[in-house]
Amino acid sequence: MQSSLLIILVLGMVAFGYLFGRRRSIAVSRNRGGITRLHSLPIYYGFYTALWVGLPALAIVMMAVFFEDSIITRLVIAGLPDQLRELHPDQLGLVMNDIRNMATGNIVAGELTAELQLASEHYVRLQAYADRVTWILVACISVLSLVFVRSRISPELRARNAVEKTVIVTMMVFSTIAILTTLGVIFSVFYESMLFFQQVPLSEFLFSTKWSPQIALRADQVGASGSFGSIPLFAGTLLVSAIAMLVAVPIGLMSAIYLAEYASPRFRAFTKPLLEILAGIPTVVYGFFAALTMAPFIRNLGERLGMDVASESALAAGLVMGVMIIPFVSSLSDDVINAVPQSLREGSAALGATRSETIKRVVFPAALPGIVGGVLLAMSRAIGETMIVVMAAGLSANLTANPLESVTTVTVQIVTLLTGDQEFDSVKTLAAFALGLSLFVVTLILNIIALRTVRKYREQYD
Amino acid sequence: MDTLPAARQKPGLSDLHLQGTVGDVSHPNPRMSCNDVDVYYDNGAVHAIKSITLDIGNQEVLAMIGPSGCGKSTLLRCLNRMNDNIDGCKVSGSIHLDEHDIYDRQRDVVLLRAQVGMVFQKPNPFPKSIYENVAYGPKIHGLAKDKTDLDEIVETSLKRAALWDEVKDRLAQPGTGLSGGQQQRLCIARAIAVSPEVILMDEPCSALDPIATAKVEELIDELRAEYTIAIVTHSMQQAARVSQRTAYFHLGHLVEVNDTDKVFTNPEHHLTEAYITGRFG
Amino acid sequence: MTEAAKSTIDLVNASLKKRYASERRFRRLGVLAIGLGLLFVSILFFDIFSKGYTAFQQTHIRVQVYYDASILDPEGTRNEDDLAFADYMALIKQGLRDVFPEVTDRRAKRELYQLVSPGADQELRKRILENPGLIGTEEQVWVRANDDIDMLIKGHIDRDMPESNRRVSDRTLEWVDRLEQRNEVEKRFNTGFFTNGDSRQPEQAGIAGALMGSFYTLMLTLLFSFPLAVGTAIFLEEFAPKNRWTDLIEVNINNLAAVPSIIFGLLGLAVFINFFGVPRSTPLVGALVLTLMTLPTIIIASRSALKSVPPSIREAALGVGASPLQTQFHHVLPLAMPGMLTGTIIGMAQALGETAPLLMIGMIAFIVDVPQGITDPATVLPVQIFLWADSPERAFVERTSAAIMVLLAFLITMNLTAVLLRKRFERRW
Repeated sequence: MQSSLLIILVLGMVAFGYLFGRRRSIAVSRNRGGITRLHSLPIYYGFYTALWVGLPALAIVMMAVFFEDSIITRLVIAGLPDQLRELHPDQLGLVMNDIRNMATGNIVAGELTAELQLASEHYVRLQAYADRVTWILVACISVLSLVFVRSRISPELRARNAVEKTVIVTMMVFSTIAILTTLGVIFSVFYESMLFFQQVPLSEFLFSTKWSPQIALRADQVGASGSFGSIPLFAGTLLVSAIAMLVAVPIGLMSAIYLAEYASPRFRAFTKPLLEILAGIPTVVYGFFAALTMAPFIRNLGERLGMDVASESALAAGLVMGVMIIPFVSSLSDDVINAVPQSLREGSAALGATRSETIKRVVFPAALPGIVGGVLLAMSRAIGETMIVVMAAGLSANLTANPLESVTTVTVQIVTLLTGDQEFDSVKTLAAFALGLSLFVVTLILNIIALRTVRKYREQYD
Repeated sequence: MDTLPAARQKPGLSDLHLQGTVGDVSHPNPRMSCNDVDVYYDNGAVHAIKSITLDIGNQEVLAMIGPSGCGKSTLLRCLNRMNDNIDGCKVSGSIHLDEHDIYDRQRDVVLLRAQVGMVFQKPNPFPKSIYENVAYGPKIHGLAKDKTDLDEIVETSLKRAALWDEVKDRLAQPGTGLSGGQQQRLCIARAIAVSPEVILMDEPCSALDPIATAKVEELIDELRAEYTIAIVTHSMQQAARVSQRTAYFHLGHLVEVNDTDKVFTNPEHHLTEAYITGRFG
Repeated sequence: MTEAAKSTIDLVNASLKKRYASERRFRRLGVLAIGLGLLFVSILFFDIFSKGYTAFQQTHIRVQVYYDASILDPEGTRNEDDLAFADYMALIKQGLRDVFPEVTDRRAKRELYQLVSPGADQELRKRILENPGLIGTEEQVWVRANDDIDMLIKGHIDRDMPESNRRVSDRTLEWVDRLEQRNEVEKRFNTGFFTNGDSRQPEQAGIAGALMGSFYTLMLTLLFSFPLAVGTAIFLEEFAPKNRWTDLIEVNINNLAAVPSIIFGLLGLAVFINFFGVPRSTPLVGALVLTLMTLPTIIIASRSALKSVPPSIREAALGVGASPLQTQFHHVLPLAMPGMLTGTIIGMAQALGETAPLLMIGMIAFIVDVPQGITDPATVLPVQIFLWADSPERAFVERTSAAIMVLLAFLITMNLTAVLLRKRFERRW
């Protein structure tokens, strides 16, 4: 599929349509008293034509991109000998892969058989045919629209209105992408999760305390195909996030308070961006730091104090995650604290309160709902954070509250389950989607509560 | 300000500086006295108050009037050092409260503000209950020995602020839920709960409707029995109604200080006259 | 003075000392918090820098090479294909044997050959293919040392450790020392780090593949997300009726901004790869996922940029008879553009640093070749960092850190650009 060439063809047609429409509109206006007689400026006739030429052609290209391969595959499979056609769908997929590779001249994984050779030739033929059809269709449609538009262009045609309408409709369609994304998340993740829950009961997922997705070695082991109790994962997630919040909330909040209430403007202008650097560092960098610097440091420290610290302790991951979240907490709190009206501070100061008394007794209580919202958002971020825990937390699902032990988290398990060599519909893969769904639901609830609290808080002082 | 060019043609304005304040700046029994006070903003770029000398007498209501930007609020805020919080604000000269210079290095600003309370232009109750609003000052300063003591302070303050009857059944409700006039009286109650000696009021009625204004004015009149009050106001009628002495400010200068009756019936300075007769403001 | 006032002064005075002490304590807490924050920033940067700066140099060993025609081109055809597959390693091995003629034992010889990188022959191959005339001549060539030797020279391997615990044997140590005495070991600028693709051999591994992967992914993300976000922002801010539907969209966008990134990876896997059949591991699918992720950021920034354009501008344009869309494109959009661009750069910086969702869609694969297009399997810089961080070889630690330094350099540049852009075009109405 030479889609790039095809796109160039479409773009060329569009450009031509634009020039054609413009010239045509000038031409038709000539014997009617010049371009001032046109309803719209000539460029709008150009855009109008370009849209008419481009949109149908684009639709065809899109259709070709989406359906060509599956149609060809179906035809090729139909042409395969019976013994191949009756293979299990997964194996058939592998065979198709081989055929495709052979057709594109790549190295083939399986053995070369005469049937495959034939099939791949069939594939190449079909593809060439499909390409030709697409090209011809695109060219025909473009020319047809051009002829059609040519007959429509007249000084009375409200080209600008039509073009603007199209643009606004396009923008409207764009704005639904956000909804589509959410729907996509919900449906895809939900669908796969449903498949998972057909094989593993929901009650086990929700209430069992054993997580071992590995296929059991002996048939009499707990859950012959592994066990999928998510409690240890959520407990681990909660432990790591709690450690992170213990670091981030006091430090973030206190630095926000200091910057907003005490710091001179110069100190603030200097310090704030420095702290915000922490927010710009990619999580994989934190993960690297946690795994290679923080974890060994904590383990050595623990050894010196005579404590037994796992090399992938929850503490190391949590601490580093906390550092990552500091700027998040501090910038949200900063916004919220600055939204507290100055008159309240003055009222308190005029009664003889010291600054810290004003902060502790007036500013902080007034800002509390907003701060709580911010902390919830930070919490949801900690729960969904992936790279730090993937790199620095463990894989084994321990149900423990001891931060020195190794725990695993929901996100770690999602990554582990999906980055191995698994078939797509194995229980393990599906389990990842079930975990993803619960993660989505939990963070969504946190976000909604948080955004509401913050919004209400803002309305109060607006 | 836009009518200023007209005023400028009158004699006297240009040599305002040389002429000094007319009337009587001193008081036989002063509570606070300002001596040659200058205030600068923006590290000296703006000269907001120009060598003002003024006494505020014991248990009197002193009204400070003048067009916008004349420095009356600035002077008021100097009296309990609220300007300390503004970056680049500098105060020179001396302001005394009972013989003590309030800008003295040794002087404690917390203590000063406990003695000199303030009520603001816009009512600014804390987002707490009515009770907590009034109890705030006594609590931070440790004025109450126990809960009953505190209850008593709250009750007396609310009664003095003439708010008790309206709120006694809903002390636990948020102060922000009261009407504007009630909120302002709550702020006054909050200020008197720490038993200050002086109360500063910065246009306390400008955000209130006439009925609420009348109530607050009535209250100010009653409070005079125990407190010294300095009030900044835009309303000349209000100044005439509540004050015993009136100070007229213009462009950072204190133009005239006299008994209120005299200022409003027979001002000594033509600028005062121009202002009270409504030729600018 | 009234009784009450007098008691006020006394009571306040009595409590002052305690209150000021608490004030100082509180203030110190604030300073402490900021200090801790800044401390973390500096520790992080210091740690990465001190681990990584050595990776920009690579130890090379000078070997005397005789381009033996009987090895390279026994048939004398000078055919390019034959030359490309010739055994160049043999030449290097010969050169090493010449330096250490006393090494005869087979095991010792094998150890000797391990002084140089298994990929050291590539350099020779390149030279011969460029200039076949070199065959039959002799020259001195600097070839890459093996990663263990590299670590030894850079001081990451403790010579005083017992031999059994050490990655480098006593024998090798002695050879290296001898080479060093003869000035045949040298640290040179590691160009390979910027021009090579990934490799299992640390001394061969470079970030070129990941950089190109990141470049393609980011460009596509920009191409997809910018028009989408700007269109959405204009529609929601300027044209959309205020009703339940637009409210829903708005709440949705705010929520999407806070959905964990890994969820977008799941979406990409289930929808783009399995449903639409977009090829795995490619910049294309990566860009699709990152587009959905960065959209909310850019939309929110664009909307606030549009909001900050005063309504008077719109009224003026509409007043002279411009259509609503002309008003937008001729007047509002140019004024809002700096804000939108700032948001876009910040969104792109986020996308550049994002790792987790890309793991889900197969960009984690080990890929040696530098990708040539948007449908070639590729990886991106942060994923490369993740992969290297997982590798056990000590030499990968410094390379990981170096790759992080490169990534941070890009991110800091982007964020600085955003800040400067905002400063430059900030307008108060």
